[in-house]
Amino acid sequence: MSILINKNTRVVTQGITGKTGQFHTKMSREYANGANCYVAGVNPKKAGESYEGIPIFASVKEAKQQTGVNTSVIYVPPPFAAAAIWEAVEAELDLVICITEGIPVRDMVEVKDKMRKAGSKTVLCGPNCPGIITPEEIKIGIMPGHIHMKGRIGVVSRSGTLTYEAVGQLSDLKLGQSTAVGIGGDPVNGLKHKEVLELFMNDPDTDAVIMIGEIGGSDEEAAAEWYAKECKNKKPVVGFIAGVTAPPGKRMGHAGAIISGGKGTAQEKLAVMEACGIKTTKNPAEMGKLLKSVL
Amino acid sequence: MKIHEYQGKEILRKFGVATPRGKACFSVDEAAKAAEELGGKVWVVKAQIHAGGRGKGGGVKVAKSMDEVRQHAGQILGMQLKTHQTGPEGQKVRRLLVEEGADIKKELYLGMVVDRVTQKVCLMASSEGGMDIEEVAAHTPEKIHKVFVDPAKGLTDAEADDVARKIGVPDASVAQARSVLQGLYKAFWETDASLAEINPLILTGDGRVVALDAKMNFDSNALFRHEDIVAMRDLDEEDPAEIEASKFDLSYISLDGNIGCLVNGAGLAMATMDTIKLFGAEPANFLDVGGGATTEKVTEAFKLMLANPKVKGILVNIFGGIMKCDTIATGVVAAAKEVHLSVPLVVRMRGTNEDIGKQILKDSGLPIISASDMADAAQKIVAAVSGK
Repeated sequence: MSILINKNTRVVTQGITGKTGQFHTKMSREYANGANCYVAGVNPKKAGESYEGIPIFASVKEAKQQTGVNTSVIYVPPPFAAAAIWEAVEAELDLVICITEGIPVRDMVEVKDKMRKAGSKTVLCGPNCPGIITPEEIKIGIMPGHIHMKGRIGVVSRSGTLTYEAVGQLSDLKLGQSTAVGIGGDPVNGLKHKEVLELFMNDPDTDAVIMIGEIGGSDEEAAAEWYAKECKNKKPVVGFIAGVTAPPGKRMGHAGAIISGGKGTAQEKLAVMEACGIKTTKNPAEMGKLLKSVL
Repeated sequence: MKIHEYQGKEILRKFGVATPRGKACFSVDEAAKAAEELGGKVWVVKAQIHAGGRGKGGGVKVAKSMDEVRQHAGQILGMQLKTHQTGPEGQKVRRLLVEEGADIKKELYLGMVVDRVTQKVCLMASSEGGMDIEEVAAHTPEKIHKVFVDPAKGLTDAEADDVARKIGVPDASVAQARSVLQGLYKAFWETDASLAEINPLILTGDGRVVALDAKMNFDSNALFRHEDIVAMRDLDEEDPAEIEASKFDLSYISLDGNIGCLVNGAGLAMATMDTIKLFGAEPANFLDVGGGATTEKVTEAFKLMLANPKVKGILVNIFGGIMKCDTIATGVVAAAKEVHLSVPLVVRMRGTNEDIGKQILKDSGLPIISASDMADAAQKIVAAVSGK
């Protein structure tokens, strides 16, 4: 099994007519069961047309009615991305994965508030994330499929290439992955480390988890504290936090990667994780080895 | 994006927040003229730089005569103002704000940020104005009152009045404090601010509530819908290397070490810096070339790193996914040739077309040191730079 997505997931691409959306939809279709999973695209102006045999609908709601999609992936440009998220939420999809980078924080504050008030059951992953992959079943996002290997290790991370780094190390050690989840680098987002960790803890086919974080916010601490309280002896978790050398007050590439008011440092996060029973390494070349050592 | 205090006050006034009357000045003569126009007997001459702690560094002075206005303006303009936020070299003062003096009875604090946990705008207010709020938070957290604002409703009258009373605003001034609080919230929300701070907010002898300072930062992702705020950008206050980098869509931040690093992806870039430190050296920069790096981008990235005289070696760390290793290798070779690279270069490449990439580096005839993983790469560049 896996978490969040599997070979039975049916996906609609929002932004399928843009260059990025087309390229990644094509790549994702070519991965594992992708040809069966990618069944719809959305663009109100191009409804009735198709891309590589994928029918384009006027709205997510219509795509759902016509094809039964339960998941959306968003490549819509930043000024319109929050509205695209809301459209998918209103269509009551199970999962929305927003790849778009550069969405104004205020737009995210508004859409998250609307989701909470509507009591929405739709799970949002991202924005500004690489997406989610369940190896050898389905890839939704921009990650390189070929570095992954089917297996029993869960991966959750705020970063793109650093996730690939961890996955690459695991695959080199012949440790396959159940699912790898990129939750994204924005300060106001959907899924957090804690929620993904909880899904992995309850997944019978995940044996251990690598949790990768970075400076800014307190998501990693919240996840570690939850783990210590609820699941400490259930499954081992190891971690790495990027940004020990990051200066305070500077945004390190990701909108959410900033130490503000002395809070959100890598040292602080590492200390909390260790205290909560999550082994950490300061050497990102050894994330895979560290995980292997706790199995 | 950051702006100056006087620009922050212009924005706050538009949203109904009272501030002292004042004028931005670029010379001593302008400062004197501004003081004359403002009238009165007391003026404040304030250095305008994008860093806090200006008062302690000697950048804020009270003048009680025209001569003193000229004297202070002359001293402050052109000085290298050093504060806890500028770094040891300080920041050159090029602009002043000359304001009418204020009759301060009590100093309060107001701040606003987006809270990541509740995903709402958080108003922070305290009776302890004029102090570093992080100190207040550390020693007397009970003196900071927080309101998490419902984005659909905005800051309500009841919330504003309640917080005003909690920080010691007397009943007679609560209505005024409400308009300041609600104005600050509206200014924050409508301009897509990421930080707004009034420290101190003062109560005057005659019961008015006035913003004596204003600090505002903005969400760079939202600048596309705020031309007026983009126009307030002061490039003199920003790192020239970071400005140059942004022209090529490179994410770059200057640091103090001597090993330049070029990486794809922000998380991996930070992890690369951390690995350099782990093996005993310091990174000279953060540099994320992004997902779609071209030969041109890589060349510009090399130029940027090498423009820093402190750089004694370069580490390239690429995890090729969608971006192929051979593309990066071609870019690295072209860049190294174009800039006549004279410092050691270690390249670690992993992912799509890794072998082709490595062959391109090998065939280039350039003295490029190849590394197998991040740790190996960091050790090799640290050794090369320290002459081992």
